[in-house]
Amino acid sequence: MLYAVVAGFIFAIFFPAAVRINKQAGKIAAAVLPLGIFIYFASFYNTITEGNVIAQSYNWIPSLGINLSFYLDGLSLTFALIISLVGFAVFLYTASYMEGNKYITRFYIYITLFMASMLGLVLSDNIITMFVFWELTSISSYFLIGFNHDKERSRIYALQALLITGGGGLALLAGLIIIANISGGWSISSLADLNELITGHKHYPIAAILVLIGAFTKSAQFPFHFWLPNAMEAPTPVSAYLHSATMVKAGIYLMARMNPSLGGTDLWQHTILIVGAVTMLFTAMLSLKQTDLKKLLAYSTLGVLGTLTMLLGIGSDLAIKAFMIYLIAHSLYKGTLFLIAGIIDHETGTRDITKLGGLRKLMPITMVIAVLASLSKMGIIPLIGFVGKETVYASALEFEPFGTLLIILAIAANVFIVYITIAVGFKPFFGKLKPTPKEPHESPFKMWFGPMILALLGVVLGMFSSVVINSLINFTEIGVINKKLNIPVKLWHGFNLELALSVLTVLLGVLLYFKRDNIVNTLNKISFTKYVKPSYYYEFLLSSTLSFAKFQTKFLQNGNLSNYAAMIIVATIFLGGLALVSFGGAPNIDLTFAPTFAEVIIGIILILAAISAVRAKSRLTAIVSVGVVGYSVALIFIMYSAPDLAMTQFAIETLTVILFVLVIYRLPKYLPFSSMTRRIRDFILAGLGGLLMSLIVLFIIAEPMTSELKKYFGENSLTIGKGRNIVNVILVDFRALDTMGEIAVLAIAAIGVYALLKLKSNGSEK
Amino acid sequence: MEVILVIVIGVLYASGLYMILRRSFVKVIIGLIFLGHAANLLIFTVGRISKGIPAFISIEGTLAENAADPLPQALILTAIVIGFGVQAFAIVLFKRAYQTTGTDDLDELNTTDELIQ
Amino acid sequence: MKSSLILATTVKYIIPLLLIFSFFLLLRGHNEPGGGFAGGLVAAAAYALYAIANGVEEAEKFLSIEPLKLFSFGLLTALISALLPLLAGKPFMTGVWLDNKIPVIGKLGTPIIFDVGVYLLVLGVSTKIIFSLAQEEE
Repeated sequence: MLYAVVAGFIFAIFFPAAVRINKQAGKIAAAVLPLGIFIYFASFYNTITEGNVIAQSYNWIPSLGINLSFYLDGLSLTFALIISLVGFAVFLYTASYMEGNKYITRFYIYITLFMASMLGLVLSDNIITMFVFWELTSISSYFLIGFNHDKERSRIYALQALLITGGGGLALLAGLIIIANISGGWSISSLADLNELITGHKHYPIAAILVLIGAFTKSAQFPFHFWLPNAMEAPTPVSAYLHSATMVKAGIYLMARMNPSLGGTDLWQHTILIVGAVTMLFTAMLSLKQTDLKKLLAYSTLGVLGTLTMLLGIGSDLAIKAFMIYLIAHSLYKGTLFLIAGIIDHETGTRDITKLGGLRKLMPITMVIAVLASLSKMGIIPLIGFVGKETVYASALEFEPFGTLLIILAIAANVFIVYITIAVGFKPFFGKLKPTPKEPHESPFKMWFGPMILALLGVVLGMFSSVVINSLINFTEIGVINKKLNIPVKLWHGFNLELALSVLTVLLGVLLYFKRDNIVNTLNKISFTKYVKPSYYYEFLLSSTLSFAKFQTKFLQNGNLSNYAAMIIVATIFLGGLALVSFGGAPNIDLTFAPTFAEVIIGIILILAAISAVRAKSRLTAIVSVGVVGYSVALIFIMYSAPDLAMTQFAIETLTVILFVLVIYRLPKYLPFSSMTRRIRDFILAGLGGLLMSLIVLFIIAEPMTSELKKYFGENSLTIGKGRNIVNVILVDFRALDTMGEIAVLAIAAIGVYALLKLKSNGSEK
Repeated sequence: MEVILVIVIGVLYASGLYMILRRSFVKVIIGLIFLGHAANLLIFTVGRISKGIPAFISIEGTLAENAADPLPQALILTAIVIGFGVQAFAIVLFKRAYQTTGTDDLDELNTTDELIQ
Repeated sequence: MKSSLILATTVKYIIPLLLIFSFFLLLRGHNEPGGGFAGGLVAAAAYALYAIANGVEEAEKFLSIEPLKLFSFGLLTALISALLPLLAGKPFMTGVWLDNKIPVIGKLGTPIIFDVGVYLLVLGVSTKIIFSLAQEEE
């Protein structure tokens, strides 16, 4: 499984080179990749539907308990199949849709990166690994929404999506870590058996809410829903793939995956139920004002995401079954419809439904596919969407005590979805032919082949639902509610209440479609205050963050070097002083060694030289004093058994003095710049800083110390390092990598000096 | 004997900090040098000092029990050399700034962004 | 920057001694005080003295190799010494030693080569910095 996940990443690395060799071959390879992954995962179908799970683990950071663990059960298999199959359709489609785009290579890299991350996300069994993949999907989504980076809107909305999903990701990480702390492990599959432990813990509410924030932002639940319609700025294959079929379902996946371990409590179920129901109805209603094909589809996706969430919130056996069917059905038809919208846009040059009509004769194949997907979406027999909606209604109905309320909400939302479907799937093809910016004709094979497969699959899965997906769904439910269900999936349940409600929904949807203009006119008369819109708060937060950053930069980073230094010093004194005070007590100073005469003399010379350097009025005095300080330090090294240090210090001091001598006459004259008050301020700061450091040293050396390393070096320096001078052996053998870094830094410093001087001579030539 | 070092470290830090807060850049460089010395001596002292027994392995192939700890010494050795590189770079950088702007008053150098424009 | 005749004459005799001393420091560094850092710095000081006495151009001629090349070569030497163990099938930067002693140098192994690299680099970096600055002043 590692290879299936990593394949995408490797592909993304080598793709640019492949394209350079042969452009067509590169694109074909890009479509073959998801197909191969699909076949690979399909081969596990029997194993999984026989009730097995497959777990694989590779060490990553074993010391932190972080492994690349993968876990394949019904739930992850379903997702992996959706990701790779829709991926195949989308990749094939892209080859034609993005034809001639200058950045097509980049596009393939991003989207393969996304596919690999998404697969990694649904297959991960390790909390941290899953989180890493989760963030990778957010990042690749950011790149893809902002793909047309020369458009300002793309950039703004890419950032919006990243900030919201990324912010949610941070909440998720916090939640996951709390859960890992409670459960004591990082494996997701083992969490399922710890439900009582986790939900009973006092930190459970905060963990659950944090995880849910992550899921809600990712799956665009109210009030975070607004990024999804805005994300429609992305090229259509991205909208089809990320923002309807896969990525936005990551949040849904997370809730489903965490359901066995975190679910069952009122907090969890009610939050999910309410948020899901609100999202479902609210976002479906917002679609009414839209005329853009993709925006319409985005709002219907939001409605479906809300429904899926609500089903998890209901949490009954039937609801979970409805959840799975609806999930599969939606991925199939919504991906298709997005691709169709892309085809229409590509062929006619517009996505505005008011400008489209009568395309059926010009684009017959596209029309058939669109109608198939639309019927599925509207929940018409015998498509998979029908099975899905029937089960959704059934599970809403049996929810006590609010079944009636829920079913009304569900029907209302679905009426809007039917309306959207008519607008998107039928309107462009029927009626009178309308003139469009481009002369429309049938799309090429590569574009309609993918959506056709998805649409046909919708028919097959619907008609033979009891055969094909029954067993898969039964085992998926283990992943969601930790028990196997045996409610068979059937196409036809007979004439019952759900069927009647379905018919009612479709009728109301058709009615809404024809009455739309009247309703919109009425709606336009009512003006809503901007404070109702969640996006207003997002924008407010964003702009306040920016202005705070501006203020803070002006305040803290005002370009004045001594201010920076003063701030650092104050902070250090404060924090260091705090630490010392909390450490408490006086250090146990060992005064048994009386200092010798030589030591005292050197100490006094050094201190006097330092003071003289500070007080010096002329540059020469200052430099001589600096030299005296340096040589005194070297003498200290000699006295306390560090001959290597002393030697280096002597040599360096000589070079420093030469350096100063070389430049001294060009150095600016010493001028007394500072005012008296500033000197006093600095004197106090510096004095406190010096005192603090002295105290720290005193405290440290008062503690006993045994150096394990000293012992190690003493024992191994000669045997392994073949040297008696341990300091040198450390430098060139034991810690040679550090030395390597140090000498590289030296080389950089020399190049920097050289470049700065060289730069000047060039500058003067100009 | 450590007491002297403790005082020396304190004085070096204090004078280094004081110098680094000055407006004249020659003084700031001197401050950098002093802080370097101070930090080196600090590491040296907290690594425990020993008198007259350097960290060498004797003919018998052993290290004396009370010998100096070689590790802080190795750290300081590279720090000394790096410090030299930093000094040289800082001197040249300030010199260039002086030549370009005609001032060595760091308080006046806080509007470099505008100068570039 | 021409200096006094006395300095120039003294330097003429001192420089070779300093250079030999620096080389000596490098070679014995593994067992006695010294090593690549100290050796390289002493050599750099020697060249800096030469530059003060006879001017930078003379000093550059005397060094006979561009300091930039010198420290690049030093860095490369250190890197190669770190890569050599890979040939012997050992991890990166493992010390590998020849069994037999070589006259004058003593035991030869990759850490010694590494130290030579450090020596060359320190010499190159220091002379580069000092020569550039001195040239700037002339």
